[in-house]
Amino acid sequence: MMEEIVKPENLVYAKSKLLTDAPMHYCPGCSHGTVHKILAELIGELGIQDKSVGIAPVGCAVMLYNYLDIDWVEAAHGRAPAVATGLKRTNPNLHIFAYQGDGDLAAIGTAEIIHACNRGENITIVFINNGIYGMTGGQMAPTTLLGMKTATSPQGRKADLNGYPFKVSEMMAQLSGVSYVTRQAVHTPSAVRQTKKALKKAFEKAYAGKGTSFVEVVATCSSGWKLSPTEANRWMAENMLPFYPLGEIKDI
Amino acid sequence: MSELRLMKGNEVVAEAAIRCGCDAYFGYPITPQSEVMETLMELQPWETSGMVVLQAESETASINMVYGAASAGKRVMTSSSSPGISLMAEGLSYLAGAELPCLVVDVSRGGPGLGTIQPSQADYFMATKGGGHGDFHLIVLAPASVQEMHDFVFLAFDLAFKYRNPAMILADGVIGQMMEKVQLHAPLPRRTDEEIARSSGSWAVTGKRNRRRNIITSVELDPAVHEKFNQKLQAKYAAIREQEVRYEELLCSDAEYLIAAYGISARIGQKAVELLRAEGVKAGLFRPITLFPFPAKEIAARAAQLKGILCVELSAGQMVEDVRLSVGNRLPVAHFGRNGGVIHSPSEVVEAMKKMIND
Repeated sequence: MMEEIVKPENLVYAKSKLLTDAPMHYCPGCSHGTVHKILAELIGELGIQDKSVGIAPVGCAVMLYNYLDIDWVEAAHGRAPAVATGLKRTNPNLHIFAYQGDGDLAAIGTAEIIHACNRGENITIVFINNGIYGMTGGQMAPTTLLGMKTATSPQGRKADLNGYPFKVSEMMAQLSGVSYVTRQAVHTPSAVRQTKKALKKAFEKAYAGKGTSFVEVVATCSSGWKLSPTEANRWMAENMLPFYPLGEIKDI
Repeated sequence: MSELRLMKGNEVVAEAAIRCGCDAYFGYPITPQSEVMETLMELQPWETSGMVVLQAESETASINMVYGAASAGKRVMTSSSSPGISLMAEGLSYLAGAELPCLVVDVSRGGPGLGTIQPSQADYFMATKGGGHGDFHLIVLAPASVQEMHDFVFLAFDLAFKYRNPAMILADGVIGQMMEKVQLHAPLPRRTDEEIARSSGSWAVTGKRNRRRNIITSVELDPAVHEKFNQKLQAKYAAIREQEVRYEELLCSDAEYLIAAYGISARIGQKAVELLRAEGVKAGLFRPITLFPFPAKEIAARAAQLKGILCVELSAGQMVEDVRLSVGNRLPVAHFGRNGGVIHSPSEVVEAMKKMIND
């Protein structure tokens, strides 16, 4: 029976060849693994494995280079857009993308992201926004929602003490160097497909020299949020998405 | 075809960068070295050699742009002055940890803090003892003339690639700003992608093609593995200490008293030696050219014949610590220096030497 079904023509889904066999270190329910899988599929389908270099961040995705079979550079905290700039300016034939979380991109790396985008570097930025610092143990991020409890806002984020959550994508859309800004998520199968479509457009536009592509992925951090994977998806849809609405923000 | 010109130290760094086949310069304006990027922007090397020149938003960004381009095996550089080098400390540590070759030029000024835009040599500790977190060293070259500002751009890149280690030219505001005649090297072509693949293909991120993926990183969470890596770095620094020491001696063979000085202080020290000799003091000049590796054995080899060493620096006394470590307590080692942008005169150095002799 099995022999009859397991045939190449019946294959509807397979692990991307670009994903290595290294077991991912992420917590159950974490969005990183899904976004990595999308990137692996996309780079494979575009046939650009030999022309792609990724910049890994500091944060939970610091070991990203263990999982995708392409060349990688691991950057200092927040500096990935500057590293990507140096690489792309001297290697215009490479596809360069930086993968950053909200602490990396929206706190310590704000200068680097704003200026790389404003210069219109022909790179793709993948911005994972889960409103928390995952790796260091669930501290408050610039994107933490008001009232959200974290290790450094145990009573919930208060505007008078901590300021306001910060909509990075809307800010990047203001910059003339940026040609594509979108906000996506990976909490449902259809959202995964949308994110893949968005990343494909982002890669193609950046490589075509249209300027910076900026893809935000609103993500879960079940450990940091102290929720089960299922609850985290639900919490994200009910709390994060009203403040960080999904969809295309800029496409020129 | 070499060419003789009258140039400023900072201008010649730009000219030498293009002539040595540099692929990219990333920088941020700061006095007293802004002429480096200004000259590059005037010369527009992207139209000729294809060299990239880009003004970054900060020194933090410049050094990370350097890190990015260096990851792909490119010859890449930046330049700055003391406060800017402080901002680059993080990047320098990452470059050393990821074993990336590059050139950083520090045309140093007086500190601490915003300090002054006038010349200083108070960055010696920062340059030679790491200048960032972790156990690492830069290869540090100290030019004492505009000619050496030119020559050391070539030398620094050669050493940086030989050892896969960041190299620094530690100059001072005088060397950067003064004009001297300089013999320019004939232009060398930039390396082609094929040449980079041949020489640096085992590590550079050029796109994974018919090989294992290359990863540029400085992170390792397994202590045992990371200790081995640190030991490998230390072995590299030991090899650099063994093979790359450079120094110059002037009138040392019969000297009883040495002036030890680098950079502009060595030029002043040279005049002081002349004045001391005229007064009958058997003085000589020992000039370290590499500050890391420091010529410890070479200066120690002179100790037996000497009655004292005067270390002359535009600082409160930094290199003097390495001189003392080199010769131990076999002879008196004194320091003379001015701070905060004030430059010592040869006669002040002569007086300081006489004081040491009489003490």
